[in-house]
Amino acid sequence: MDIVVEHLTKRYGPQKAVDNVSFRVKGGEVLGFLGPNGAGKTTTMKAISCYINPDEGDVKVGGYSIKEHPEIIKKNIGYLPENNPLYQDMNIIDFLEFIAKIHGIPKYLIPERILDMVRICGLEGEKHKLISELSKGYQQRVGLAQALIHDPEILILDEPTTGLDPNQIVEIRELIKRIGKEKTVILSSHILAEVEATCDRILIINNGRIVVDGTAEDLRKQAAGNEILKLGIQGGDVNDIFENLLNLETVDSVDFIDIDKQLFEVQSLKEETSVKAIFDLCVQNNYYISELTPTEKKLEDIFRQLTLH
Amino acid sequence: MKQILHIAYRELNSFFDSLTAYVLIVIFLGFSGFFTWIYGADVFFLGQASLDTFFTVAYWSLFIFIPALTMRSIAGELKAGTLELLLTKPVSDWQLILGKFLSTFFLIGIALTPTLFYYFTLWGIGPVDHSAIVLGYLGLLLMSMVYISIGLLTSCLFSNPIVASLTAMSIGIFFHIIFDVLAANFVGFTGSVFSFLSLSTHFESITRGVVDTKDLIYFFSISFFCLYSSKMILSNRNLQV
Repeated sequence: MDIVVEHLTKRYGPQKAVDNVSFRVKGGEVLGFLGPNGAGKTTTMKAISCYINPDEGDVKVGGYSIKEHPEIIKKNIGYLPENNPLYQDMNIIDFLEFIAKIHGIPKYLIPERILDMVRICGLEGEKHKLISELSKGYQQRVGLAQALIHDPEILILDEPTTGLDPNQIVEIRELIKRIGKEKTVILSSHILAEVEATCDRILIINNGRIVVDGTAEDLRKQAAGNEILKLGIQGGDVNDIFENLLNLETVDSVDFIDIDKQLFEVQSLKEETSVKAIFDLCVQNNYYISELTPTEKKLEDIFRQLTLH
Repeated sequence: MKQILHIAYRELNSFFDSLTAYVLIVIFLGFSGFFTWIYGADVFFLGQASLDTFFTVAYWSLFIFIPALTMRSIAGELKAGTLELLLTKPVSDWQLILGKFLSTFFLIGIALTPTLFYYFTLWGIGPVDHSAIVLGYLGLLLMSMVYISIGLLTSCLFSNPIVASLTAMSIGIFFHIIFDVLAANFVGFTGSVFSFLSLSTHFESITRGVVDTKDLIYFFSISFFCLYSSKMILSNRNLQV
């Protein structure tokens, strides 16, 4: 099932939470929805899952509009809201049974589905506990279980790993990856590494507008500027090496990283590479290279660069 | 329809899990039993096989209990965030409102059921006007219906349960006594309007043993108006967080 978001706009008072956002998610794709807090991620997800009505624009899921056929869309969506609200006074089995009934799963299939969910989400040891007695990580699993119980084609997860410890984060990520092989998944987060690890495609949203739409690779390329090398050269005087590096034709600037260890940061001119020139320079002067690492711009930096203004 | 029952059933269970239901039933039966059989104008004092005293006590105690039961129904879900969970499942706004309505209505029904023993006991000790008693129960249920709807509406309007409960009670008190008092103080058209608005007029006419369509229309139209408004508020998602 494809999700098509068309010119979605939602205002809260005078403030536009989402401003004319359009994008498309193909069936089977795992989309990472990124953005700083308050960027409009949650609002967009709420609109897709038929919780709020957009002021303008429309969302179509599998060809059905959220305005005309919310009941069909809701059946095909598994939604894990932000902060994972659950009925705290119910135990896991009762809660999952309630959700299964609401989804209209036939009665004879319900016990089987519940057991499947308990197994998939790793809730075996806790299944008779009250939800209020569970730790946050287990509650998150219950949240995932309720989103998955009716075997939806589309899964919308709003910050599924907030508040989890590193082990739990890894487990939940694995789970999402496994699910993502068969289903369309939209996942929001403000942690880049998470999105990079789990998603096929990244959508960065800021102040209600889409700033980037592409893969992690595209994103790097788009923000990549000049070549930057971390370079270690031994076998000569630091200052001589520095001078020589600066005199290379392709080099734009040179900085010291560590004078004692003779480490430099070499930035090349636009669309040039200085690797060969550096190597030739070393051969001519009998220097030797102790380190040569191309510095990749981190996704975090790109993210900051794109969302800071 | 199934969705409504699932929601109502879950809600009813949570009333029992949180002890609310037990407290309600115990207090309700305690009060009504005490005043019907032991104290004041009780059955033995009146010397008649009638449950009028019980209906008066129930009339008042339900008026006080219902806002306390409904105050959390929407406001609580909104605060806990579970409203979002429910409304993103295949549940329409109407189904949610009606489910909430039915859960409280069933609970009132459960609280009233043991009082049927009063009726059977009475039957054993004297000649009973059966239709008056049946209609008395009908009156109580219709009245509960109105107050539950008002309670649901205020629960949609205010996120603070206490505010919701107090507002429901203050709206309720108009129907319960103020319109009646006003009706007594005005003559002519104004008086009859207030008299028509007063819930006690209609309740009394039913418990006297007369079911007029006018009375039924009264109870159903207020309930429908409140439930419809609640649904509209819920649909607009203009809920106060």
